[in-house]
Amino acid sequence: MNLMEYQGKELFRRSGIPVPRSQHCTTPDEVAAFIKKNPGKWVVKAQVLMGGRGKAGKIKFATNADEGRTVAHEIMATPMPPNRQNPNGEAIKSLLVEETLDVALEAYCAISVDRTTKKPAIIVTKFGGMDVEEVHEKHPESFSTLFVDTAIGYSPFIGRKLAFSSDLDAGYRKAFPAILAGMYDLFFKYGAKLVEINPLVLTKDGRVIAADAKVELDDDALFRHPEFKEWQTVLPLDEDESLATDAGLGIRNFRRFGGTVGTMANGAGLAMGTMDAVKNAGGEIANFLDVGGGANAERVRNCYELVVNHTNAKVFFINIFGGITRGDEVAKGIVEALNTTKSRKIPLVIRLTGTNEEEGRRILAQAGMTPVETMDEGAKRAVELAGAS
Amino acid sequence: MSIFLDKNSKVFVQGITGAEGSYHTGRMLAYGTNIVGGVTPGKGGQKTEHGLPVFNTVEECLAATGATHQCIFVPPAGAADALFEAYEAGVRFSVCITEGVPVHDMLRVVGATPGMRIIGPNCPGLISPGKSSIGIMPGHVFKEGNVGLISRSGTLTYEVVDGLTRAGLGQSTCVGIGGDPIIGTTFVDCLREFKNDPQTKAVVICGEIGGSDEEEAAAYVKEHLAGMPIVAFIGGRNAPPGKSLGHAGAIISGGFGTPQSKIAAFQAAGVPVADRPSEIPKLLAERMAAIA
Repeated sequence: MNLMEYQGKELFRRSGIPVPRSQHCTTPDEVAAFIKKNPGKWVVKAQVLMGGRGKAGKIKFATNADEGRTVAHEIMATPMPPNRQNPNGEAIKSLLVEETLDVALEAYCAISVDRTTKKPAIIVTKFGGMDVEEVHEKHPESFSTLFVDTAIGYSPFIGRKLAFSSDLDAGYRKAFPAILAGMYDLFFKYGAKLVEINPLVLTKDGRVIAADAKVELDDDALFRHPEFKEWQTVLPLDEDESLATDAGLGIRNFRRFGGTVGTMANGAGLAMGTMDAVKNAGGEIANFLDVGGGANAERVRNCYELVVNHTNAKVFFINIFGGITRGDEVAKGIVEALNTTKSRKIPLVIRLTGTNEEEGRRILAQAGMTPVETMDEGAKRAVELAGAS
Repeated sequence: MSIFLDKNSKVFVQGITGAEGSYHTGRMLAYGTNIVGGVTPGKGGQKTEHGLPVFNTVEECLAATGATHQCIFVPPAGAADALFEAYEAGVRFSVCITEGVPVHDMLRVVGATPGMRIIGPNCPGLISPGKSSIGIMPGHVFKEGNVGLISRSGTLTYEVVDGLTRAGLGQSTCVGIGGDPIIGTTFVDCLREFKNDPQTKAVVICGEIGGSDEEEAAAYVKEHLAGMPIVAFIGGRNAPPGKSLGHAGAIISGGFGTPQSKIAAFQAAGVPVADRPSEIPKLLAERMAAIA
């Protein structure tokens, strides 16, 4: 679960990380009222999960209440423009009105989980304020990384060491170890996968402040923090993701490609392998579909409807290699789907092996269906049928 | 031989009375796994439907049965606790099937259990064909032989093994290491064991996009296993475009993680990379012939 800036900053505040004075607003009138009560120069920032707010004109300045209302209207009038990863853009539902900082320098720091060392990794560079991938291209040598021994946890020497090795300006040095302590505290306490400050600002009057906040919480740990339920804001689902959710699948378990061979397999690895097999057999893939582990008859039925009704499939290749998924359950789902569906009927090619395959094959045989033996054979047969129909 | 697991390994199942635990205990027993009991707090003293003794704690289970290998089927919130309980009781080999274990729980576990071999979490387990199986792999597709197999995916493993078995290439041990960000056992850990296993004459590595485990495996092969016939496969080359991973993660792995990077690393180590699972047996047979 990715947090919005204002949510991340709320966690920063609770963890003792200095953030600019701010007010979270949901309407232009709220923005105007806040600025009226608190005269000064304010920055109004769209609260979205997508990046690139500045370039999209979704961060604007206001020096009085009327200006605040106007820029708030302008920001909220249109959604964030779409990009490759978010083809629908993102609606802007709230704003953060924040104290403007007199910036002297901008740095970058983050804590994430490192797969290789199996430890929390702290990363620092003195070049902040721009896309961190860009920094990595321009100044790859500027990054200092330290892996934290979880038995020791965070200790201030880590902050000192990183401040020196990344050549942070002397102005940062006093505040930096305590800021990292707060980040580490947040990282562990809330089960975060990423805590990132970009930029970490050094102001002209010598304060060190987190000007932005990016926090990703571990979805698998959310059961320990029911208080975040109300914070669950997600990017709007694209059409494939909505269809997947409606069918009771995970949002990444279904994607369409426009071809004529519909596919379904259990497990992402096998689902991708199934697509490769169809391509290798000369076919065009209609979709990726991972029915998941332990799929029951009902889920199989939903997936059948999903592929038949929402893709260009002329044939449906079902490739099940049961481990935790039971062949008899899948077979039941297929037969039920065929018996109850009101959708168009397309030829099925079924490969069913692994756990309870005999029982599954028996159920299919009773319904007059004979499964193929291998994935490549099934792919070949499916491609032939797609061409013939 | 074989690695990690043979027919004498005494296995206990944590969560043995739960739906999944009970079902797969039956399947493991049918395969020949030497399961000596299980643990479900509050059900100590009872017998399972398979006639196995149930204990309240791991300590009691070990004292009564002499079990050495743990198999975990508990819900995600209890997985780390099950691992800690086993470690404290002296268990040094565990397989965690559970999916959805919080990543910070695994950070704590791997940091605090030196000397413990943990397979998983979020994995299908491991099998030494003809001897024993711990986890959820469908036993009948495997065949005893000389090929070691390591995989990050579950169902793709079965696919690859099915091909090997049909081609007459039996397996020494197949390990599903799991797909989570933090796992107990990596490709390299398994390669080290295969290197010293007299039964294993060849190895198949089934990788996936993301992370740098495959690149490290390739580096290890280059350094230590030049004389072993090895074939790799990378799943997810046509993966649907996903949401970007955390930038910080991408930077640590320094450009690793793409299929191109992994394929290049294996090729540089002299390891052929199959374009599809069904090519693996042929490529492996060629490598075995070339090296012999």
